[in-house]
Amino acid sequence: MSVAVRVIPCLDVDGGRVVKGVNFTDLRDAGDPVEMARLYDAEGADELTFLDITASSGDRETTYDIVRRTAEQVFIPLTVGGGVRSADDVNRLLRAGADKVGINTAAVARPELVRECAHRFGNQCIVISVDARRCPDPAGPRFEVTTHGGRRGTGIDAVGWTSRVVELGAGEILLNSMDADGTRDGYDLEMISAVRAEVDVPVIASGGAGDLAHFAPAVGAGADAVLAASVFHFGQLRIGEVKAALRDTGVPVR
Amino acid sequence: MTGPSGRRARVVVLDYGSGNLRSAERALARVGADVTVSDDLDAALAADGLVVPGVGAYAACMAGLDRVGAAPVVRERVAAGRPVLGICVGMQVLYELGDEHGVRTAGLGVLAGEVRRLAAPILPHMGWNTVRPPAESVLFAGLPADTRFYFVHSYAAKADLDAGDTVGEHGEPFAAAVERGALAATQFHPEKSGDAGAHLLTNWLATLS
Repeated sequence: MSVAVRVIPCLDVDGGRVVKGVNFTDLRDAGDPVEMARLYDAEGADELTFLDITASSGDRETTYDIVRRTAEQVFIPLTVGGGVRSADDVNRLLRAGADKVGINTAAVARPELVRECAHRFGNQCIVISVDARRCPDPAGPRFEVTTHGGRRGTGIDAVGWTSRVVELGAGEILLNSMDADGTRDGYDLEMISAVRAEVDVPVIASGGAGDLAHFAPAVGAGADAVLAASVFHFGQLRIGEVKAALRDTGVPVR
Repeated sequence: MTGPSGRRARVVVLDYGSGNLRSAERALARVGADVTVSDDLDAALAADGLVVPGVGAYAACMAGLDRVGAAPVVRERVAAGRPVLGICVGMQVLYELGDEHGVRTAGLGVLAGEVRRLAAPILPHMGWNTVRPPAESVLFAGLPADTRFYFVHSYAAKADLDAGDTVGEHGEPFAAAVERGALAATQFHPEKSGDAGAHLLTNWLATLS
């Protein structure tokens, strides 16, 4: 009896539409996040993550509406991240039907936000999303926290940062390798191992999945869940195949 | 789901300010319940079934229950043998005491025992796990033994497992579900457990008259 490793598709949502690499043939409307959520649920996704990449705040209402409609139809956990700035933002997403909320840049800007949110809503629903890269500066930390989609370095040691946000009340770490992201060359296993060794909350591996053989090593490195976006959206890999591949290596899956 | 009287079972999901109630409402409606999310105590008392949800901290949930004055309603229903379903922290508050970070909070006390932090290398216990229900379980009737449910919690009732309790394990055994007559509760989230959760909620609705 052990908890299953979760396989999580991530949907980038902009202005109410799923963007980036949507290539499903069996959807009536490939850009509708609610319909994609239903399809992934039917395929056996263990959770769903929506990343709201909407630039304008006026479109936030659209995001709440999507979360609402998804929660009405999809009965697996839903994490929503992107542009979360305050405890009130977290509250609105939770009330719309999100089960967990991802916080990234706002936590870097003001770490106390993590404590406030964990205290108010419980640590189980606070996911700290960390976009980290191998540090180009030899004098800097091995892995560095970035913001603004990986474009801006912070000089903050990513491993120490994850440890700190867990102390502040983060219930889970979404660890995204900005070097591996989009390469489909596999997860950054050293980064996963380094963070796993520091924190005692679940770690979601993200960035680099491109092949069925990439998932089990991420679990071996210490990931409790594996997240991927484009390989699922393009139909290159199916959720069921990933689970079968994990199961074949002895990893418990649902 | 229609009861013996031919009408749909009326279920109230107790709204005391805790978390994501929409999911519970929708999951129950999906399996045929006539669901209302409400803090109306008369409605909570009169319903065929009362669902006590709960996420976050034990103390905060108890404070929320006290704020709407719901504690006596839950106790009265349990004493009268009227169906109650606690979910997650809504299960935990049914016990006598919760101990979180040294903060000891009195619970509703309709179940004997205390809720404490799990001894496990990774917490929260987050994700889909199997459970071991007793052979006579009503909630789990018809579900295969390897069925997984969605858990997200760091605390649980551990030391007071009854032979009739459904046991889960994360680091150590804990009460994953209890069924004591009309009182039922799950540590996992049936409303987030896909088809397996829908099956369990259907089983629970079938017990409502």
